[in-house]
Amino acid sequence: MASIRALIVDDSSVMRKIVERCLRQAGVELSTVYEASNGAEGLAIVGSNQVDLILSDINMPVMDGLEFVKNLQAAANAKGVPIVMITTEGGEAQVTQALTLGARGYIRKPFTPDQVKQHVVPLL
Amino acid sequence: MTPVMTTRVAGSTFQRDEWSSALYEAAAEVFELMVGESVSRQDDAAADGANDTTAMVGLAGALCGVLTVRCSASSAAAIASKMLGEPLGSTSGADQLLDALGEICNMVAGNFKARIAGLQEKCMLSVPTVITGEDYSLRSLADNERLELCVLFQNQPILVRLEVHA
Repeated sequence: MASIRALIVDDSSVMRKIVERCLRQAGVELSTVYEASNGAEGLAIVGSNQVDLILSDINMPVMDGLEFVKNLQAAANAKGVPIVMITTEGGEAQVTQALTLGARGYIRKPFTPDQVKQHVVPLL
Repeated sequence: MTPVMTTRVAGSTFQRDEWSSALYEAAAEVFELMVGESVSRQDDAAADGANDTTAMVGLAGALCGVLTVRCSASSAAAIASKMLGEPLGSTSGADQLLDALGEICNMVAGNFKARIAGLQEKCMLSVPTVITGEDYSLRSLADNERLELCVLFQNQPILVRLEVHA
């Protein structure tokens, strides 16, 4: 697996670190990890950096994860980039909405490192 | 035999025993998976120790109320350190422990509503708020039902409370 650039969007810095650790435990080689605490920060990062994987929370201040994914459709650097939502909000309607907007996977918190591996690695 | 207490709560039926079990199971799973330690329920330990760090998440929609997770700052620091898998930073540690407890509260709330039929789709969560200090009172402006339980994490009490607006 080639080294990748990942963007992790979550308003919890602790959760961002956990997600990064799970990716490394899954054998994902990370050349760069960009972190954003909300969707607006995530969009700014994608606007000026090429990334290979995006993992995003949904319930965040300023811009939530669904709005973030919706806005990513217009970002040239996000074309074809797999997006996986990681969130406490695991209702079917939200899952469907996220997938319709372009997310490729959905992980509900709390999660295990194996779940991150199962949902992310096949997309890389 | 104790009668089952039921109250109609904004479209859901509040069943004390069932919801109390769901709340404990939600908290236990969050600690098991995200903190990496098991917790045990021990409600009579609730009054022990300082509980000066409180995380809160609001619930709105089919269920309106607030879920709080309350513990000592040292327990919150231990939780954060376990979640991060490393000691807390000397400068960022204070923020990390608040962040970690807020996220625990958020996940317990999300996991709880996923265990109650009909709530997953129709109940939304706020982003977490964390309060430090013990000298405050929280007063709901509506009649409410209250569930409270205590779990022991590293032999220290963690109080989990759900107040539901009737």
